[in-house]
This record gives sequence, C-alpha cells and structure tokens, in this order.
Amino acid sequence: MSKSTAKKKGPASVEFRNVVKRYGTVAAVDGVSFTIEPGTLVTLLGPSGCGKTTTLRLIAGLEIATEGKILIAGEDVTNLSAADRDVSMVFQSYALFPHMNVLDNVAYGPTVAGQPKQAAHDLARQKLALVGLKGYDLRLPSELSGGQQQRVAVARALTMEPQVLLFDEPLSNLDAKLRRRVREDIRDLQRDLNLTVAYVTHDQQEALAVSDRVIVMSNSKIAQMGAPRDLYEAPASLFVADFMGDSNLVDATVEGVADGLARVRVGDTTLELPARGATKGPCKVSIRPESLSVTAAAPAGPSLAGTIRKAAYLGTHMEYTLATEVAELFVVDRDVANPKPVGSTAHLALARTGVSIVPST
Amino acid sequence: MKRLVGLWTLVALAGFTFLPWQAIEDGFFGFGWVAQFPDDRTASALLYALAFERPWLAGLLPPLALGAAALAFPREDRRFGLFLIVAGMTGLLYAFAQGFAIGILGLHWKWAIALFGEIETPQYGFGWGALAVLSAYLMMVSIGIAALGYFRGDAFIAGSVIVSSALILAFVFYPIMTMLVGAVTDEEGHLALGLFFARLFADDIWEVGCLVGAPRCGVMFNTVALGVLTGGISTLMGLAFALVVVRTRLPWRKGLRALTILPIITPPFVISLAIIVLFGRTGIVTWFLEAAFGIPPSRWIYGLPGVLISQLLSQIPVAFLVMIGVVEAISPSLEEASQTLGASRWQTFKTVTWPLLRPGLAAAFLLGFVESLSDFGNPLVLGGNFDVLSTKIFFAIVGAQHDPGRAAVLAILLLMLTLGAFWIQMRWLGKQSYVTVTGKGDSGLSAELPKTLKRVLYWTTIPWAAFTIVTYGIVIFGGFVKDIGRFDLEFTWRHYFDAFAVEMTDRGLFFSGSAWDSLQTTIEVSAISAPLTGAMGLLIAYLLARTRFAGQRAFEFMTMLSFAIPGTVVGVSYILAFNVPPLELTGTGLILVICFVFRNMPVGVRAGLAALAQIDKSLDEASFTLGARTATTVRRVVMPLLRPAIVATLVFSFVHAMTAVSAVIFLVSARHNMATAYIVGRVEAGEFALAIAYSTVLILVMALAILIIQLGVGSRQLGRRGQQGAAAMGGH
Ligand SMILES: Nc1ncnc2c1ncn2[C@@H]1O[C@H](COP(=O)(O)OP(=O)(O)OP(=O)(O)O)[C@@H](O)[C@H]1O
Ligand SMILES: [Mg+2]
Repeated sequence: MSKSTAKKKGPASVEFRNVVKRYGTVAAVDGVSFTIEPGTLVTLLGPSGCGKTTTLRLIAGLEIATEGKILIAGEDVTNLSAADRDVSMVFQSYALFPHMNVLDNVAYGPTVAGQPKQAAHDLARQKLALVGLKGYDLRLPSELSGGQQQRVAVARALTMEPQVLLFDEPLSNLDAKLRRRVREDIRDLQRDLNLTVAYVTHDQQEALAVSDRVIVMSNSKIAQMGAPRDLYEAPASLFVADFMGDSNLVDATVEGVADGLARVRVGDTTLELPARGATKGPCKVSIRPESLSVTAAAPAGPSLAGTIRKAAYLGTHMEYTLATEVAELFVVDRDVANPKPVGSTAHLALARTGVSIVPST
Repeated sequence: MKRLVGLWTLVALAGFTFLPWQAIEDGFFGFGWVAQFPDDRTASALLYALAFERPWLAGLLPPLALGAAALAFPREDRRFGLFLIVAGMTGLLYAFAQGFAIGILGLHWKWAIALFGEIETPQYGFGWGALAVLSAYLMMVSIGIAALGYFRGDAFIAGSVIVSSALILAFVFYPIMTMLVGAVTDEEGHLALGLFFARLFADDIWEVGCLVGAPRCGVMFNTVALGVLTGGISTLMGLAFALVVVRTRLPWRKGLRALTILPIITPPFVISLAIIVLFGRTGIVTWFLEAAFGIPPSRWIYGLPGVLISQLLSQIPVAFLVMIGVVEAISPSLEEASQTLGASRWQTFKTVTWPLLRPGLAAAFLLGFVESLSDFGNPLVLGGNFDVLSTKIFFAIVGAQHDPGRAAVLAILLLMLTLGAFWIQMRWLGKQSYVTVTGKGDSGLSAELPKTLKRVLYWTTIPWAAFTIVTYGIVIFGGFVKDIGRFDLEFTWRHYFDAFAVEMTDRGLFFSGSAWDSLQTTIEVSAISAPLTGAMGLLIAYLLARTRFAGQRAFEFMTMLSFAIPGTVVGVSYILAFNVPPLELTGTGLILVICFVFRNMPVGVRAGLAALAQIDKSLDEASFTLGARTATTVRRVVMPLLRPAIVATLVFSFVHAMTAVSAVIFLVSARHNMATAYIVGRVEAGEFALAIAYSTVLILVMALAILIIQLGVGSRQLGRRGQQGAAAMGGH
C-alpha cells in the first residue's frame, strides 16, 4: 500500500460511493458518487464554494470522508492518509517549497521515500526535461516566473509516477495566453503518459477543452456528469444549462411523446427533441446562442420570427438580441459579412444541435 | 503502524527486563547504577517481581501482552485499535495505581490494606524502566486511537497530542491539584475544612487597617496595591515613551528602543541591588543628600517604595513595547479627519487618539499587574516588612514556620488573582478590537501633540531614561569596586576572583571560585531545557495550527494555562507534588528542567502559531501527497521555514531559565543550585558586590548564548526576489 513499493500499476480508477464530508454541520460534499475510468482526464466544474476542492482533497487523502467509501484502483482507501495513497496533487498556489531549489523540490518525493540522492536527482531531471524546464535546477522557486513555477509543480507531482494525478485550478495564476498553452501541455502529458487525472476548474471553457468527462457540481452535490458535448448540448438541469455557457431558456409545451422523442411546441414552430423524461405539458427548452442564425427570409426548417433589438460586431461574430413571441433571445451569428440592422424584423433558424429539453428537477 | 506497535512493545519489554524500575539516587542522568545492578534499589521490574518481593510489578505484563495481541488483526480491523487502547489504558491505570498506593512506607491505602493485607516493601519514584513501560502504554493508546481513524489516522499526530497532554497533566495540572488538596487537608492528609478557613481568613492576609492609620496592612492588600501601582504607572510611562518615540522629534529617541532589551536579560532582583546601592542607608544618593542638605539617612527604601521603583524599572520597558505597537497602529488619517472637521489638537487627542489607545492601555496594565504579582526577587530583597503574597508563600515553606498548608492557601489566592486578570483580559479585551491598520498605505502625517502634553512627556521620560541608565551602570560598575554598598570605590577584581577563580594545580585546572558550581548547573539546565521547550512549544503550535481534532480548544487552553501561573505557585505546587513517589523529583536537576520547559512552553506555542500563520498550508499538504508522513514533513518542510520562530523560542527559554528566581528558589538543592538562587543567598548575606559581579557574568553568558543560537540555527533562505518568495509562502 505504501508508495515506495516498487511495482507501478499504471493508471488507476477512482470511485466515490455516496461520499459525504461535513465540517461541523455544513456538508461540503454531500452524497457524491462517481467513477473516473483509468487513463482519463475528468474535470470537476462548478461555481465557487460548491465542493470541488473538497472532492479533490478527499481523493488525495488530505480530508477524510465523514461517510461513504472511496476506492482507488478498486482498493478501499477511505481511511488511508495522504502519504499512504498513490496520488499526487498540483496545488493552485503550486506550493513549491520556498527553501529548496528546483531540483530539490522535484526530487522531494523520491528522497523522502528513501531513494539515494543521485537516483532521486536523476529522476527529477528527467521529469523537469519532460515539462521543458532544463537548466533551472539551482534556482529557487522565487526566482521563477509563474508559468515556470507551475511546470515545476507538475514535474514534482510526476516524480512519484502516481496512479492518480490531481490539479486544483492549476491555471488560475496564469495570464490568458499562457493558460491556453499550459492546459494543452497538461492534456498532452496526460495522454502521453496515460495518466488518470482529476482536474478542478470553475472555467467551463477550460473544462470543455481538456476533459474526457466533466462532473458539474452545485451545492455540494453532482448536478450532471458526462462527456463535454453532452453537457453542453443536453444540459440536465437549468443550473447546468446556465452554467455551461450562455443559453436561452424558453417556455415550451410538450404535445406528445413517442419512442423517446417529444414533439415540442416553441412559439409557433414545432420541434422533435429527445424527451429526456419529459411528459405532456409545459416544459423548458434550452437554446444555445450559436444554434440560432438570423436570416431575412423565412428558412425551410423550424424557425421563430422576431425584431432585432441590439446588434454588436465582435470581429469573429455578431451578437444580436431579438424580441420574439416566446422570449428575448440572445444570438451569436457567424455571418459578419451581412449585418442586420437594429429594428428590422428577422427570422431565427434553429439548428439540430444545442437545442434540448431541460428536465425539471 | 504495526511496526510501531511491535517497536514499542519491545521498548517496554526491554525497560521491564533490563532498566532500573525506580529512580536512581544519583540522579536521572547518572550511570552509577550500572555497577550495582541489580540490587534492591536498582533492579528492573522483572527482577523486583521475581526476586525482590514486589510481585505486583508483574501486573504490568498482561497489558503489554494484550497490546501485542492486537497485531493479530489487520490494521483496518476495528479490533486492532480497540485492543491497543484498552491495553494502554489498563497499563497506565495499573502502573499509577500501584505507584500511588505503595510508597516509601509500603501500602498506605486503608481499603487496599484490607483487601491485600499489609505490604511493607518500600517503593521509590519511577525511573528509567518505568519511563520505558509508561511511554509504551501511552503510545499504544495513541496508535490505537489513530487506527480507529481519529487524528486523520496519523499516529504521529495522535501520539504528539496524547503525549503532550499527558505531560501537561502531569507537570501542570497534577501539581496544582495536589496543592489544592494540600490546602484543605491537615498534616495527616485528612480533610480539614476548619483549618482551611482559619488559614484563609487569617488577619495577616485581609487586614486593611493601614488605610485608617494602623501600622500595617494584610498581605492581600499589599499585593493588590503594589500590582495596581506597578501596572498603572508602568502603563502611563510606557505610553509616554511610546508617544515620544512615535510622535515627537526628540533626538536619540530611537535609542530608547535599545534600552528595552535590558530588563529581558537581567535577573529581576539585580535592579533591587542597584536601588539599595543608590538609596540604601549607606547608598550613594543617601550620602549625597546628607552631605548636601543634611537629610539623615533612613531605611525608607525598604518596603513599598523600593519594590515599586524596581518593578517599574523592569516593567516600563515592557509596557513601552506594548504601547508602541498600539500608537504606531493608529492611522494618522483618523486624526487628520478629525482636524479637517474643525477639532483642535486637544479635542482630537481626547476624542480620537485616546479612545483608540484604551485597549492597549488595558492590556499593558494587566500585564504589569500580573508581572508585579508574580515578582519574587524584588520584594524579597527590598520588601523589608512589606509582605506580598509571593514572599509570604516562600517564607511559609522555607521559614521557621514551615507550613505547606498555609503556603498552599496563599498560593491559591495568588493564582486566583492572576487567573482573574487573565480572564478579564480574554473576556473583555478579546471582544473589543479597534483595527486601524487597513493594509492600504496610509500616507497621512500624525497630528502634532499639544504643546503642554509634549512638555509633560519630556519631563517624565527623559529623567526616567537617565535613571534607568544610571541603575544599570551601577550594576556593571559595582562589580569592579571594593564595596559599592558602603561607597568604597577603590578598583578591584576581587569579586570576580572570589566567584570565578581558576587555579592551576598539579592535577590540572581547579575551578576554585565559589560561583562555578551554580553557574555550571545553570548553563546546563538552561541549555537542556531550551531545546526541549522549543521542540515542545513548536510541536504544539503545529498541532494547533495544522490539524483538527476533537477537544482542540481544551488542548489549546491546557497548553496556555501554565503562563498564568506565577512562578511562586509553580514552585510550591512542585515541591508538594513531586516530593513523594511515584513522581519523585525534588532535589534532582530534572525537576528544574521540567519546571522551565512547562513554564516557558506557552511562549514557544505563541511564536510558532504566529509563524505558521504566515506559511501556506498547501506546502505541508504538497509534502503529504508526495508520500512524506507528518514527522518527515515537519522535519523537512516546516522546521526550515520556522527558523526565526525557533531562534526566538530558544533565546526566550534560555534567557528565562537563566534569570528565573521565583519557581527555582523552591526547587534548587545543594547539589543542583542555580545562579539566581545563589545570588539571592549572597544578597541576604550582604555580599552585594559579589552578587553584582555574578549578575554581570550571567548577562554576558546570555549574550554569548544568543549569539550561538543565532549562528547555530541560522536563518532561512528564500531567494533574491524576496517579494515573490513572500507571495509564494503567503498563498492566497
Ligand atoms: N475546513 C473547512 N471548514 C469549514 N468549512 C469548509 C472547510 N473547507 C471548505 N469548507 C466549506 O465547504 C464548501 C466547499 O468548499 P470547497 O473549497 O470545496 O469549494 P470549491 O468548490 O473548491 O470553491 P472555489 O471554486 O471557491 O475554490 C464551502 O462552503 C466552504 O466554505
Ligand atoms: Mg477550490
């Protein structure tokens, strides 16, 4: 069970079974169950205070669950301390030891596991090369840029060749440009080394960009989990629909359900959408802004009519706000060549994707 | 964890079989016993049980066996933990029960005699063997509790919390409890409430006749009056000095800060000596007054005036340190705001500055009050007929009356006063806080002080600063002249020679000076207790700051409590509690070490907590996730970052061990005499110059020790871009 056992078993699965973590009477994580498949990157996404960090710390063993079971590689680790779990973590603040140079920081894991200094340093150099940081061995963390510090932290976490690697908002201290590059580096590293990674972020774009699966949390519970595309295009609740990016939520009516497909009336058009448990009667439909396009003439498929209230040019796309009979709709239109004037009437074509019934919960 | 259990079982067995069970007469660190082993005094528990008529000691084995039996279960099994806890607890209970029941006179619990018959074989205090076995029991309990998932499942944390709690119980609570019991029982140990009330309401405690013309007041009135005067005056003077340093342009005002270090490194009664030299019947000032104005010499200095002056000399710098923090924290923009609203300087001072100062004043007052109550050296030297509780306690123990019960009653009164002051401080000051440090760079200029106020400040602070310098000058000067007490100013090395002569004999160097023994003991005891104090204080700080466990508040309270107990009370409670088996420590050097460790530890805890608050917690956590356990993390990550706190704690505990008098004076013995106790003896014999010379040497030793600690521990290196380093450490 100890980390020093030589044989590495490769990436491991992580499983939560009804895990609860309470601080006093407050539940920071409340009855959460999920499975992370070996070798996949899963993000934990949600607004501030929803319990993401706590979940991650439960995996690491930095917090011990109040109730429920946690399994790593099928083994029950619920009561094991952090040092006994084969899990490494990259902290939001990087947590580099300020009194050790880069090499000693990265060699820390093998050193405390009792490896001879030379071997530990060799391993550390190898990992530093992996993250592209050769030649910085003798610098102190305070003498590195933010991005370099972040890579040292990743290298340090990799030296233990952990079964599971955790990231807590690893990009939040970096500027926007660097953020995109580093998140791709992390993804590449995860694929190349075939790692199981759990990754916390509150940025939905970041989550969509890097993950195999996303777990959306809200109020200490899981709101929805699935592939990025599923979450975006078929949000399971109003919360997820809203949280996963801009979304128009409109009132609609289910007219009938057959073979898992519902006939939904939105304004004066009718759509065929996956029923997702909806029954006859009023319902909510989420329409992504990019799933609407503005045309002057009525299009062939389902569409809504309205008046343009606002229009803005943003270089790569136009943003419109239209007043329609169902609601004010926000539209992102790729067609920048033919802007439509404010005040004109227009039609909105609904695409096949990005329009879905939101189950009422 | 299983390995740990095995290891501790082995330690216990080894201690049980090979080490002397009882304390050895030539001291805890002596090894004379090896030659005699095993005889009736030095045998191990096993041999005692088999061959020396103490069969009950065999009862220590079953709990060990039970603990070892836990190894039959896997770690995750609840029975593993439960077995260990039960084993350790029964072991501890049994060991202490037999220790308390069977003492020097054999079995002395009546009901136990009825049950088991007379046992006359004597037992002395616990020794090495007992230490090994008891530690093993404690560790079994700790490991068991950790195995059940408490303390994050970490045996190191569980062990640290439980062992330090046990030590605090044994060396802070147990003595105080013994003292309380001693106060309400008579010499045979029977409950005697009548006697207790007679002692408690004795006239010489509560008399207040001096207010209406009677010659004397009771000791309670004296103590409180002295405390209020010292607290009040030192607070006002501290404020005056702080205002002068922060708010005026007096040249050399920065030098005043340097003066504040003096009382910290001076044995408390040294100032009394200087006062006698200045104002005593044959003192310099007295002589001058007689020669110049024909004022006849008198003994006015012995009593309240002398004690008050010397307490003020040492307390005003401390109050200054407290007040300067408060004065500096008052944001100038508040005063500027007041002035832009049309207030005059006096109005601003009265309505804005003064109210903001009040909490700091209260804190400084309480500190001075408590320090005055705990002070023993100055009243002893200068008190004359003016009794205060701390000296009264001392004479109740060592004096002709030798009445420990009375000492206990007086000690309880003193403890009530200091605990009361601390309680007020926590309750009242804890709640109101005027935070004026905003973190935004306040750039305003402090308001000028009103002219009259400034004049008053100058006229009080400058003479007092001069007086302080003269007093300390006397201390240094007095060691080099023939008899400063009689104003005989011929230069001489004689006092240093008397105390610290080293002679060359044919058998090598011979330290013939009279002070060498006590100096050696003092340095040894201080040097042993300082690292122990530091280790324990910082470990407890780590536990409080970085871990969460049930009962943490109680644990914190326990660790801080010993701070509120005056040294005299500690001294009395120690001799009452540790005079008899099973914890028989009086007369050893160990009791001095223990006393210092538990008295100074709260400072280590405070320093550690302050330092840990600035070190991002994720550094520890990063270490955990990289496979380091708590002990390794503490050693490799926390300790190096705590270096400044380590230095502060080591210096404080070393210096305090060197200069302490009040508790020490009860605990020293002919073999283990301490410098301060020796000096007090010289003073009582009238050898002022020798006492002064010795004190100067102590100050030099302390300065040297501080230097060594600084160099030895070193400072932490966090890189050239200091700001980023700070940001990385501070987290977010
Ligand atoms: N040690 C603690 N004691 C008490 N409550 C805590 C503790 N740690 C976290 N919480 C509470 O648990 C909840 C979840 O916290 P957590 O840190 O997991 O949020 P998060 O999703 O990571 O938020 P963020 O995006 O702001 O980092 C919060 O309401 C927080 O206040
Ligand atoms: Mg968080």
